[in-house]
Amino acid sequence: MDEEYDVIVLGTGLKECILSGLLSVDGLKVLHMDRNDYYGGESSSLSLVQLWKRFRANDKPSEQLGSSKEYNVDMIPKFMMANGALVRVLIHTDVTKYLNFKAVDGSFVYNKGKIHKVPATDVEALKSPLMGLFEKRRARKFFIYVQDYEDNDPKSHEGLDLTKVTARDIISKYGLDDNTVDFIGHALALHIDDNYLDEPALDFVKRMKLYAESLARFQGGSPYIYPLYGLGELPQAFARLSAVYGGTYMLNKPECKVEFDGNGKAYGVTSEGETAKCKKVVCDPSYLPDKVKKVGKVARAICIMSHPIPETSDSHSVQVILPQKQLGRKSDMYLFCCSYTHNVAPNGKYIAFVSTEAETDQPEVELKPGIELLGPVDEIFFDIYDRYQPVNKHDEDHCFISQSYDATTHFESTVHDVLAMYTKITGKELDLSVDLSAASAAAE
Amino acid sequence: MATIGNNNLNAKLVLLGDMGAGKSSLVLRFVKGQFLEFQESTIGAAFFSQTLAVNDATVKFEIWDTAGQERYHSLAPMYYRGAAAAIIVYDITSTESFTRAKKWVQELQKQGNPNMVMAFAGNKADLEEKRKVTAEEARLYAEENGLFFMETSAKTASNVNDIFYEIARRLPRAQPQNPAGMVLVDRPADRSQSAACCS
Ligand SMILES: Cc1cc2nc3c(=O)[nH]c(=O)nc-3n(C[C@H](O)[C@H](O)[C@H](O)COP(=O)(O)OP(=O)(O)OC[C@H]3O[C@@H](n4cnc5c(N)ncnc54)[C@H](O)[C@@H]3O)c2cc1C
Ligand SMILES: Nc1nc2c(ncn2[C@@H]2O[C@H](COP(=O)(O)OP(=O)(O)OP(=O)(O)O)[C@@H](O)[C@H]2O)c(=O)[nH]1
Ligand SMILES: [Mg+2]
Repeated sequence: MDEEYDVIVLGTGLKECILSGLLSVDGLKVLHMDRNDYYGGESSSLSLVQLWKRFRANDKPSEQLGSSKEYNVDMIPKFMMANGALVRVLIHTDVTKYLNFKAVDGSFVYNKGKIHKVPATDVEALKSPLMGLFEKRRARKFFIYVQDYEDNDPKSHEGLDLTKVTARDIISKYGLDDNTVDFIGHALALHIDDNYLDEPALDFVKRMKLYAESLARFQGGSPYIYPLYGLGELPQAFARLSAVYGGTYMLNKPECKVEFDGNGKAYGVTSEGETAKCKKVVCDPSYLPDKVKKVGKVARAICIMSHPIPETSDSHSVQVILPQKQLGRKSDMYLFCCSYTHNVAPNGKYIAFVSTEAETDQPEVELKPGIELLGPVDEIFFDIYDRYQPVNKHDEDHCFISQSYDATTHFESTVHDVLAMYTKITGKELDLSVDLSAASAAAE
Repeated sequence: MATIGNNNLNAKLVLLGDMGAGKSSLVLRFVKGQFLEFQESTIGAAFFSQTLAVNDATVKFEIWDTAGQERYHSLAPMYYRGAAAAIIVYDITSTESFTRAKKWVQELQKQGNPNMVMAFAGNKADLEEKRKVTAEEARLYAEENGLFFMETSAKTASNVNDIFYEIARRLPRAQPQNPAGMVLVDRPADRSQSAACCS
């Protein structure tokens, strides 16, 4: 450990592992440590025994749930947008070869007390019971506008400068009613609150396009894909990338104390009495608690079930979005379900999550509308975790701290944070313009 | 796990063993027919594939080399996840590497898939004059633990193809299992296929 490194990375969460991989590929000398004896930190997937150890230490899982090893319960449940930023990173780094994916069966939205399939194209809009007859026609026109919109083709802009007009403007131009706006904004554009309405419409339109293009990619029932054996595979795959390019890995390192010189600049990390020197430290908020502030909290319920979520056409993997307004809340609530078909549970078992940005300290009460949609559950665990953001100045202390994972159901914000950190660390932009329309899926 | 289609078998194979036992050299000899006297400690490419024809079928090995994560006891479980076969390598001139290899066998018996085909390779068999581990001792251990055993030399190529061939022969042909997922690949041109999913 008494060598000098360019970068020491602390914590093997997904963000830290992607960064470790990218930095090693760039030729930097990386030491990657974790205080735990497993990979993934907050973004690991747990077996039953680990799940009980974490939430019900005094108890043991019942035999009826099946083999502990066959469970991979995500601690940060999310799906990957098939054409999204994480897929671009996976292809850019060629980490895809270590992973196997399957499309997610369904994407649904909660509206007026019922669960509906999310209509993503003009054709689906016409069929959707979410809208009345005349509204369907208006929505169809708007979908066509979005599908045809191309940045570099002014004709497709229909005279609107989307960097200037707001999302609200464009919605009123097409005369869409509030109910339609609610599902388009939250279940298609995947906005987590309504602030987007007063921002330039370009982002809103691009998000809708991403959804539709991701949906078309695998011709499944959703725009999402998910790795076999759970999300815990992702940090491991990027850690392998880092190791393949010379990164050194040490798990189970207690303490991992960052050392600062007289000017407050980090110069190394100490564990078990040995200090490894480095120029920069990259870590998750838990390794530098004095340099982060709390910005919110996520409430969630983790459930083990023996059936799919009712009213989702028997989907073995599914997302359901409950837009804030439908529940009289400030932030959306999400249902996420995965099963044995993605190898995260034994045959016949399903893992469901209900999660939201917490507005109270009572997850049991707050998550009730979501939990009620699940039907009977075999087991349920409630949890609330704080979200942190860095408040340090990296040019002074040479520390680069990731943000905690948010309650969103996909990885777009996760990758956004990683790319911003990469630029701060290296001074370079990562070019992710892989040709996604050319990238495809192959049978194993 | 081994997956089948038209008599073609895809099999993930992992290599385990002490630093310097010759894991990468065995792969290099098998895949490229080469040997480097001063093979560097593994960084860079640590993933290879090679196809073998055995009797009625072809076996495509996806070979994973360790990339050094095991050095500080930090190998990721994904490394052996789904592996159909493993070669545990020791260096016949080092008793320490033999002891380490036995620990890997225990680890695989604990973590790996129960149908995994395990090969035990006593490498550097060309260095007879420096031998510290007898073939009898290793063979006895292998038999007791359900592995098959060969002494190999990546340098002279002795038994290298043979050990991979023997693994291919022993891979179980029909295994009930979940349908495999898809691997995302960057495949230029052929746009007509870009939306095809195959689960
Ligand atoms: C992630 C992982 C990596 C492993 N890496 C190796 C390896 O590189 N070579 C090998 O022959 N076997 C390795 N093994 C196998 C492992 O050494 C044995 O499973 C284990 O030592 C069994 O004995 P134990 O339970 O008494 O030891 P443990 O209780 O596991 O270990 C006793 C102490 O020795 C340390 N230790 C054990 N093995 C190593 C090692 N290889 N490197 C550094 N510290 C170690 C442990 O951290 C611990 O402090 C590894 C196992 C795992 C899970
Ligand atoms: N004489 C002889 N030398 C060998 C043989 N196989 C490997 N070597 C030498 O042993 C050294 C280590 O071989 P590697 O293939 O790098 O070993 P490894 O197990 O991949 O090592 P790590 O990647 O460090 O874990 C190299 O100098 C090789 O040239 C062999 O069969 N005979
Ligand atoms: Mg090697």
